[in-house]
Amino acid sequence: MIEELLRRAGADREKAAKSFRRMMPDGKANPILPSTTVSSRALTLVVAIMTFLACLTLGSVILVNRTAGTWQTQIAREATIQIRPAEGFDMDAALEKARALAVTFDGITSASIVDRAATARLLEPWLGSGLDLDSLPVPRLVVVTIDPVSPPDFEAIAASVARDIPNASFDSHRTWVDRLITMARTTALFGTGIFVLVLAATVLTVVFATRGAMAGAGHVIEVLHFVGAQQSFISRQFRHRFFLIGLWGAAAGGAIASLLFLALRLWGDANMAAPEADQAAALFGQFSLGLSGYGATFLVIFGIAGLTGLTSQLTVTAFLQDLHDGETK
Amino acid sequence: MIRFENVGLRYGIGPEILRDVSFHIPERSFQFLTGPSGAGKTSLLRLLFLSLKPTRGNISVFGRDRSTISRHDLPLLRRKIGVVFQDFRLLDHLTTFENVALPLRVRGREEASYKADVRDLLEWVGLGDRMHVYPPVLSGGEKQRVSIARALIEQPSVLLADEPTGNVDPPLARRLLKLFIELNKLGTAVVIATHDLSLMEQVDSRRMVIHDNRVEIYD
Repeated sequence: MIEELLRRAGADREKAAKSFRRMMPDGKANPILPSTTVSSRALTLVVAIMTFLACLTLGSVILVNRTAGTWQTQIAREATIQIRPAEGFDMDAALEKARALAVTFDGITSASIVDRAATARLLEPWLGSGLDLDSLPVPRLVVVTIDPVSPPDFEAIAASVARDIPNASFDSHRTWVDRLITMARTTALFGTGIFVLVLAATVLTVVFATRGAMAGAGHVIEVLHFVGAQQSFISRQFRHRFFLIGLWGAAAGGAIASLLFLALRLWGDANMAAPEADQAAALFGQFSLGLSGYGATFLVIFGIAGLTGLTSQLTVTAFLQDLHDGETK
Repeated sequence: MIRFENVGLRYGIGPEILRDVSFHIPERSFQFLTGPSGAGKTSLLRLLFLSLKPTRGNISVFGRDRSTISRHDLPLLRRKIGVVFQDFRLLDHLTTFENVALPLRVRGREEASYKADVRDLLEWVGLGDRMHVYPPVLSGGEKQRVSIARALIEQPSVLLADEPTGNVDPPLARRLLKLFIELNKLGTAVVIATHDLSLMEQVDSRRMVIHDNRVEIYD
């Protein structure tokens, strides 16, 4: 069509073709939206920082939850029978009787006597090494392992132990277990709360940073609108571009956070016997996020990238709505 | 094709910029729109381009009532209207070639299908050697020619041009006018808003003169 117009207007098609070949190197066309601007670089950085913080919080919450769960399970799984010494009392016979009695109850998987050497080791921090247990009235213990799935009737065990074995008492550790469970749940709840706050801050920051990065794009939206581009086309262009910006930033932030956890884990593995690593392991468990942890990190990354794309799409829609409202006023 | 009936326009609560405007732009017609600065030429062009809605009166465009055109249909109707903006409205991150090809690209056309057309049109408007240059390094006149080429590339049913020769020298102005005339002969209705009397004298055509907020037609 345009060929006919130019022919009638006297255009020299051959000359145009030559000029075109001379001037236009073969290459990819520029994208419809400006590829990199200062604001898009700033947005990438903001997304990366916020994703790093969100993933770091998420990883920490996962570690704390897992450690709290481990404490709870380990302590809930054990109970003890304590036997106090007395004049002319056959401690070994009483210990054996207590052990045998314990395993007769449903819900108890095993029972073992804490031998003399182990008892001495337990008391070593207070009484020093080379302790002669016979010279001191030291109570002895039988450790009972409980099936956490179907725990036994603790009151029945306590009554039976008190009745059948002199000087013996059963300690189910329930007071401690209840306190630890409360503490573990509080810790997990606190961690989850912090993660939710960080996530909310991330969402708000990403939304406002995306809108800020798009502030200069009004001219582009307007021109595309005026040359006949439909809203779906314009939205798609922006959503795609900003999703990639978000994905790039979020992937960088998430990768750095994951690498940090990986480095901590390697440090923990390399210093397994060292006191500082033992301290850290006692508090936080192993610094391993596990597959679910890395999976959650991926979800955060894609969630933030999706949020960036969605925000840009909504901003375009709002801009076009304003334009249309202006047109209809 | 485009019909105005008792159209009035005001911005906000200000005075009426245009009052009781009634005219018809038939198919294949050629007209100049003129009047003193600030008379409302650009506002009238915006009404024609559907980027403003009148405060009163009726406008029908391609047989459709302006007030009933939905947001979805607006871009589809705009594709039949080519506009040369006074402030060019080029995208600085696209080359001259890409700016001209933009209306075709947003419709999903492959570059191979329009490459030669864009190339020839740019050569004709005197920008054959500026095809891969970006707008920030173009002069005002060159930007204007890019804007004209972009409006013409799809051979619209109506071409609206706001001072299209305002920044070019007389020989190029005559050349561009020739292009508009040929475009008109091929079936496009042309509306040129201009102050340039010498340009209007070159074509014996209909004139729409805005005077005292009203449009007077001289056939």
